[in-house]
Amino acid sequence: MASSSFEAGVKEYRTNYWTPDYIPLDSDLLAVFKIVAQAGVPREEAAAAVAAESSTGTWTTVWTDLLTDMDYYRGRAYRIEAVPGQPDAFYAFVAYPIDLFEEGSVVNVLTSLVGNVFGFKAVRSLRLEDLRFPLAYVKTCGGPPNGIQLERDRLSKYGRPFLGCTIKPKLGLSAKNYGRAVYECLRGGLDFTKDDENINSQPFMRWQHRFEFVMEAVQKAEAETGERKGHYLNVTAPTPEEMYKRAEFAKSLGAPIIMHDFLTAGFTANTGLANWCRENGILLHIHRAMHAVIDRNPNHGIHFRVLVKCLRLSGGDHLHSGTVVGKLEGDREATIGCVDLMREAFVPENRARGIFFDQDWGMMPGVMPVASGGIHVWHMPALTAIFGDDACFQFGGGTLGHPWGNAAGAHANRVALEACVEARNAGRDVEREGREILTEAAKDSPELRIAMETWKEIKFEFDTVDKLAQSNGARGMSHV
Amino acid sequence: MSEILPYGTTARRGETFSYLPPMTPERLRRQIAYLVSQGWNAAIEHTEPEKSFSNFWYLWKLPMFGEKSVERIVSELEACHRANPGHHVRLLGYDNYTQSQGIAFIVYRAGSR
Repeated sequence: MASSSFEAGVKEYRTNYWTPDYIPLDSDLLAVFKIVAQAGVPREEAAAAVAAESSTGTWTTVWTDLLTDMDYYRGRAYRIEAVPGQPDAFYAFVAYPIDLFEEGSVVNVLTSLVGNVFGFKAVRSLRLEDLRFPLAYVKTCGGPPNGIQLERDRLSKYGRPFLGCTIKPKLGLSAKNYGRAVYECLRGGLDFTKDDENINSQPFMRWQHRFEFVMEAVQKAEAETGERKGHYLNVTAPTPEEMYKRAEFAKSLGAPIIMHDFLTAGFTANTGLANWCRENGILLHIHRAMHAVIDRNPNHGIHFRVLVKCLRLSGGDHLHSGTVVGKLEGDREATIGCVDLMREAFVPENRARGIFFDQDWGMMPGVMPVASGGIHVWHMPALTAIFGDDACFQFGGGTLGHPWGNAAGAHANRVALEACVEARNAGRDVEREGREILTEAAKDSPELRIAMETWKEIKFEFDTVDKLAQSNGARGMSHV
Repeated sequence: MSEILPYGTTARRGETFSYLPPMTPERLRRQIAYLVSQGWNAAIEHTEPEKSFSNFWYLWKLPMFGEKSVERIVSELEACHRANPGHHVRLLGYDNYTQSQGIAFIVYRAGSR
C-alpha cells in the first residue's frame, strides 16, 4: 500500500519496488535485466531502482503519486538470481502491468524499459536480457506482414530453405551493372538477391534506376527458369515520406519483396512500413545494421533476442539471425534460441538457449531467419542441419566469388542445398556426412566441384565474445 | 587457375530438387517414405508445361489422406503420368499443422522422360 499521507524526501527504492512475494500475472509484461551495481548498493535496492526508473518511479517522493493507484501501475522487482560465473552481476526480474504501455507500440515499451534507466548512476552496467510479452499485448501488434507460410505459397517453394545473395561490391556499381549481377545470380538458381544495407540512393546509383534495372533482371530470370524470384529492394530512406515513395514505386514495378533496416530507421518507421506491406501484399526483408552496437557487450545494452521479439511484433517477414558458422559473431545455442523466437508459435523457457520466459505468440505469423555473412558451399550441410527448412541462406562472396561467375556460383549453391535436403530426408546425418554428400553431388555439377575447390580451406574459428552464462557446463552446449 | 566454363543459356527448372539429376526409383521412394514419416498427406498435381507458372495445377483425384504405403503413392504417380504423358507431374506433402506443404517436387518432367 502506498502511504496515505505525503512525506517529502527521498525513500529507498526497495520500500515500494522490491516485492519478492509478488506472483506475476499472465497479463504482465516481464523483463529480466543483468545488473552490475555500484559498490555498496545492495542487490535488492539496485533491482528496485531499475524497476522504479523503468516504470512509475522518480528519485524523490512527489505528492501527485497520491492522486492515483500507484499499487496498480508500479513495476515490481520480484526475483533476483546469481549470474553463473560472474559474481559481480545478478539477474533482476521485473513485472510491469500491461496498462503501462500503449497498445501495438514496441516504441513505447522500449522507451520505458531501456530509457533513462540505462544511464542511472546506481548501476555500473545494465543489460536487458529477455522480455516476456503477454499474449494480450501480442494481439495488439500487427506482426509480420505475411509470414513464412504465406511467403512459401506466394513463391511456390516448399520443402527446402531459400537461397539468397547480397550483391557486391557494396557501393559503387551503376544501376545497369548492378542489374547484371542480379540477373546472373537468379538465372543460376538463387531465389533472392539483396541490396546491401548501405545501398540507399547514392550519387553513383539513384534508387529509381536501381529498382528499374533490378526488376527487369528479376522478371527475365523468372521467365527463363520458370521459378519465382525476388530482389530485396532497400527502401530505407532519410524520411518516412521518402520510404513510402520508394515502396510504392517498387510495387508499381511488380516487386514481390522490399527491404528495411529496422534499427537505424527506427521502430516507428518499421511498424508503418510493415503495415503498408500487409496492405499491399509485399514481403518485407529486415536488415539489422547497428544491432551489434546494442547487443554485443555482455554486460550492457539489449540482448538480440529482445530485438528479435520487438521486430516480430513491429513486423517483418525476414530477419538476419546470424549463421553460427560464418564470419559474424553468434553463439550456437543462443542463435538457435533467437531462431525459435522468430518462427515458432510458442517458445518455452530454456536457459541453455538464453530464454528466460515462456513466450506465447498466439497465431502471429513467423519471421523467416536469414543466415548471412561469410558462408560458402562447405557450410551448407551445417546450415541445413541447424536451421531446417524455414530459413534463407545468403551467400554473398560465396556466390559472386565463384571462379566462373555469379550464375555458376548460384548453381553450385543450389545443387549443394538440394543435395543436403535430399540426404537429410533420406535419413542421413547431414552434418557428419557433409563432405561425402557434397562430393557425390559434385559429380554431376562442375560448378559445385569448382566451388568446393575454391573455398575448401576457409574457416572462421574465433571464439564468441558474448557467450551464454552457464552453471558448470551442466547444460552441455557446444561452441562452434 | 582452371579454365572458365561458360554458364550457357538458362534452363527451365521446377523448384525443389530440379538442380539434381532426375529422381531414380530408389531416391523417389526414400523421399516418399520421408513424407509419410512426417505425418504429411501425399497429393499429386499435374499441368501442361506452358501453364506451370500458375499456383494452381490440376489436382489428380484427391489428396491421399492417411496413406502410409510408399508403393501406393508411387503407383498413383505412375497412373497420373500414364494418363497425362505430356505433363509435369509433381508430388506434394500437405502439412495440416502449418497449413502449408512440407515437401513438393516434380517427379515426371514433361519432355525429359
